[in-house]
Amino acid sequence: MTLTPDNPAVSLNDVSKLYGRFAALRMVTADFAPGRLYLILGENGAGKSTLLRVIAGLIEPSHGKLTILGSSDHKAVKAHLGYMAHASMLYDELSGRENLAYFANLYGIREHALCAQAIRTVGLDPTLERRVGQYSQGMRQRLSLARAILNDPRILLLDEPFSNVDVGSAKEMTRLLGSMRDSGKTIFLVTHQPALLEGFADESVYMSAGRVIERVDHRAPTLEAKR
Amino acid sequence: MSVLGILRTTLAKDLRMEWRSKDAINSMLFFALLVVVIFSFSFDLTAEESRQIAGGLIWVALLFAAVVALNQTWARELRNQVLDAYRVSPAPAESLFLAKTIGNFLFVAVLELLMTPLFIVFYNLRSVGPVHQLVLASLLGNWALVVNGTFFGAISIRTRSREVLLPLILFPISIPALLAMVGATTSTLTGEGSAHLPLVFLGVYDVVFTLVGLFLFETVLQAE
Repeated sequence: MTLTPDNPAVSLNDVSKLYGRFAALRMVTADFAPGRLYLILGENGAGKSTLLRVIAGLIEPSHGKLTILGSSDHKAVKAHLGYMAHASMLYDELSGRENLAYFANLYGIREHALCAQAIRTVGLDPTLERRVGQYSQGMRQRLSLARAILNDPRILLLDEPFSNVDVGSAKEMTRLLGSMRDSGKTIFLVTHQPALLEGFADESVYMSAGRVIERVDHRAPTLEAKR
Repeated sequence: MSVLGILRTTLAKDLRMEWRSKDAINSMLFFALLVVVIFSFSFDLTAEESRQIAGGLIWVALLFAAVVALNQTWARELRNQVLDAYRVSPAPAESLFLAKTIGNFLFVAVLELLMTPLFIVFYNLRSVGPVHQLVLASLLGNWALVVNGTFFGAISIRTRSREVLLPLILFPISIPALLAMVGATTSTLTGEGSAHLPLVFLGVYDVVFTLVGLFLFETVLQAE
C-alpha cells in the first residue's frame, strides 16, 4: 500500500482495552499520518504503553478496530514494525552482536554486516564481546534501540527509550530518530522527557485515563506565521 | 523465513546460553543424583528386586528433574521480556515450540547419559532383555516428557506460581506415558513380558501431543 498523508500509517477506531472492569484504553479514535514523529505524553497509568503494545500486536484490543499500513491483519504487517519496551528485550547471557544476530534471523536477515551497522548506528562498538548482562543500563537501552531498528521498520514504537541514558547519548539517539523520521518512518515515542525531542517531534499526543485528550501539531503554521 | 531456519537458530541460541550458564543441567543433575543416592540408601535390594523397581525409579527421577529444566527454559524468555521480541516478530510460533522441545530433549538426554552409569552402580542393574529396547524407551519417553512439559511450561510461564503450576498440569497428563515408560523399561530389564505394546503406545502418544502442541502453540504464545 502506498502511504500518503491522507492514508494513515496507523488508524485506531473506537479502540478500548479492558482488564476486568479497568479500562487501560477507552474508545481511542485517532489517525496517525506516515513519516512523522509522535510524542505520546501523559501521566503514569494514562495508557501510553498500552497504546504502543496494542499497535505492536502484543495486546489484542477488547473493542474497536486497528489498521496498520492499511491492513487490519496484524500478522501481515509484523515485519514492518519495530518495538522497544521498558525492559531491554535482550538475552543477558549473549553478547550484543549475538543478540542482534539472533533477532535478525527472526526477520529473515542473514547479513551480519547489518547487525554490526545497527550496533554502530546507536553508538556502540560491534566488536565488543562482553555479555549484555555486564552492560550498563544506558548501553542496554542503546542496544535495545538497535534491536528495534534492525529490520528497518516502517513504524517504530519506542517506550521510554531515554530512561537511564545520559544526556549526551540521549541527544545522539534523538538525532538518529530525527533522521529516521526524515527517511519516511513513522515513530511513536512514549517519554517523560519531551524537552529532549524539542525541534524533532512533529506532534504531541496527550493521553489521560486511557483517552487521547489533546493533539498538538508542532509543524502546523502558527497564527503569527500565517500573518 | 523458514520454520526450520528459525528453529535451528533458536535451538543454537538456547544451547549456547545453556553451555554458558549450565543452569538447567546443573539443577537437573543435582536433583536426579539426590533421588538415586537417597533411594539406594533407603532400601537394601537384591539384583532381582532392583530390576523390578528400577524402571519406576528412573522415570520418576527424570520426570521431576525435567520439570526443573522446563521451568528454566521459559524463565530465560521471561527475563527482560525477551519473549515479547519474538512475539512482535514475524517468526512462526511453531519454530519456537519445536526449538524449545528439542533443546529440552537434549538436556534430559544428557542427564540420562550421565545418570545411567550411576543407576547401574547403585542398583546393581543388568538388562535381561535387549538393550536397544531400553534405548528406544528412553528416546520415546524423553520426548513424551518434554513435549508436554514445553507446551504447559509456556502456559504457566506468566502465572505468579509457575513453579508449582507446571507440575500440577504436567504430571496428571503424563501418567499414561509414564506407565508406558515404566512398563517398557521394567519388562526389558527383567526380561518378563513384552515391551512392544508400551513402546507403540509411547510412539502414538508422542505423535499426538507433538501435533496438538504445534497446532495450539501460537494461541498460547500470543495469549496476554
